[in-house]
Amino acid sequence: MLEKVLIANRGEIALRVLRACKELGIKTVAVHSTADRELKHVRLADEAVCIGPPPSAQSYLDVPAIISVAELTNADGIHPGYGFLSENADFAEQVEKSGFTFIGPTAETIRLMGDKVSAKHQMRRTGVPTVPGSEGALPNDPDEVLRIAREIGFPVIVKAAAGGGGRGMRVVHNEAVLLSSIQVTQSEAQAAFGSPVVYMEKFLQRPRHVEIQVLADGQGNAIHLGDRDCSLQRRHQKVIEEAPAPGIDDALRNEIGESCVRACLDMGYRGAGTFEFLYEDNAFYFIEMNTRVQVEHPVTEMISGVDIVREQLLIAGGEPLSIKQEDVVLTGHSIECRINAEDPRTFMPSPGTIKTFHAPGGHGVRVDSHVYSGYTVPPYYDSLIGKLITYADTREGALAKMRQALDELVVDGIRTNAALHRELVTDTSFLAGGVSIHYLESKLEHEH
Amino acid sequence: MDIRKVKKLIELLEESNIGEIEIKEGEESVRISRNTSAPAPVSYAAPMQGASAVVPAPATAPQADTQVAESAASAPSTDNAVLSPMVGTFYRSPSPDASAFVEVGQAVRVGDVLCIVEAMKMMNQIEADRAGTVTAIHVENGAAVEFDQPLISIS
Repeated sequence: MLEKVLIANRGEIALRVLRACKELGIKTVAVHSTADRELKHVRLADEAVCIGPPPSAQSYLDVPAIISVAELTNADGIHPGYGFLSENADFAEQVEKSGFTFIGPTAETIRLMGDKVSAKHQMRRTGVPTVPGSEGALPNDPDEVLRIAREIGFPVIVKAAAGGGGRGMRVVHNEAVLLSSIQVTQSEAQAAFGSPVVYMEKFLQRPRHVEIQVLADGQGNAIHLGDRDCSLQRRHQKVIEEAPAPGIDDALRNEIGESCVRACLDMGYRGAGTFEFLYEDNAFYFIEMNTRVQVEHPVTEMISGVDIVREQLLIAGGEPLSIKQEDVVLTGHSIECRINAEDPRTFMPSPGTIKTFHAPGGHGVRVDSHVYSGYTVPPYYDSLIGKLITYADTREGALAKMRQALDELVVDGIRTNAALHRELVTDTSFLAGGVSIHYLESKLEHEH
Repeated sequence: MDIRKVKKLIELLEESNIGEIEIKEGEESVRISRNTSAPAPVSYAAPMQGASAVVPAPATAPQADTQVAESAASAPSTDNAVLSPMVGTFYRSPSPDASAFVEVGQAVRVGDVLCIVEAMKMMNQIEADRAGTVTAIHVENGAAVEFDQPLISIS
């Protein structure tokens, strides 16, 4: 069991990790920038160390500073949260080389899944269905490239191997613009990710985003905790997530879950992870794997009863997985709304002081948030100020609770997207279930 | 309400840990409160009948004063301090046997090395950003420091 964990993150996820540590009796060290002295988890942590000025590059992304703090405080584990350094293989490597436990998979695994070409290759090897595509990096020969595109069938999408999360991709609808589009994407990829390597996939027109949560102990045990549907997105940022994904055949769901478990065992995966798929016409297509805890992990926790962050800490402490697949029972339905400090119409960030914060409550209502009345949301980081999660026996029940919870929520002093959420939880198409990843953007376009 | 009663109340307050007393007698009331930063005000709610005017305010309770004085003495002002530019360990000298870079009272020029903050086995020399005299050294040799922590004050 780990004795002291350094939380290398901020905001709501840092508080989430702190809570899980405290429950297990693990001491906590909070690192923070000068702008984050008043963060809730900083005030609650056993030790807090300021590591830099507000810009992330000089604080939350400052590897030497973070490792220094681990040394000075004698921490034994480092939890990277999500974003920041959580999927930085070099960081994971340095943490381990410096004698600390990185709470996540090995650097090698992070590298393998971080390269989208090798990730796809790994999935194909172990029988996880993938999007039909170039089966590797695109060659330089233009005739070859054209042949591949014709074989896949237009429209195709060109993606940066070092990209991910919606960045570094371009849709190509016809042959005429294929080569120039590839060149532009390669330049962008080089500039943004340091590698011009791109691959090509079939572009699915109306897919849903469905992902599978896994837990593996790196000692030969792995399980899946079912799926989540995160199709309501705007500019590749998830807005509402739910578990399970509505309207999917259970047998198919389990089959995909099991293929992910096999993939985990094959690559020696350790920790929590998520396999992301596009789902269309009753078929799953792997797009990428996130080798960390995700923002939307609470909806899986609600329907499975499993505390995912707690499991991360136990696995990192060397414990074998205490849960077997046959023990996993998924019941009910859960929905999560991401509350952002932003204008509900223009989506411009809205930092500032929250004069009054009132969290909703009641049976089946969970709020994961670090904010409090009087807290000032800094302008330097992402705008997520909290997650509103509901759970009920049925999807309709979870939606009804969400409507009531959104009515109770008070965030006075800054603008939030609560109004957008109130609209979405009464939207006919969303209520019917199964909308595609394009739905929200097209709805917003039509209305404004 | 006569002056002797009020005097007794003041004595009571001084001898105890009570912060404030308010006594009502009929239409008259007296409130006496202990204030750490100023002499305790004495206020009257109802007009006094005949008796002399204001009872002189008692001196501030010594206990409260001591507290403030103590904290002031133990932590020298961190004004004009050079702040740590990083997380690490603070050292006053270039090596364990060598003498400290600076002592209190020493004059320094811009660019003079004041101390070292060590992180990941790298010794970072922290230089004075202004000329003046070292007035205080806020960190013990070998202690951990965080970003922006006051290290050494220069007047």
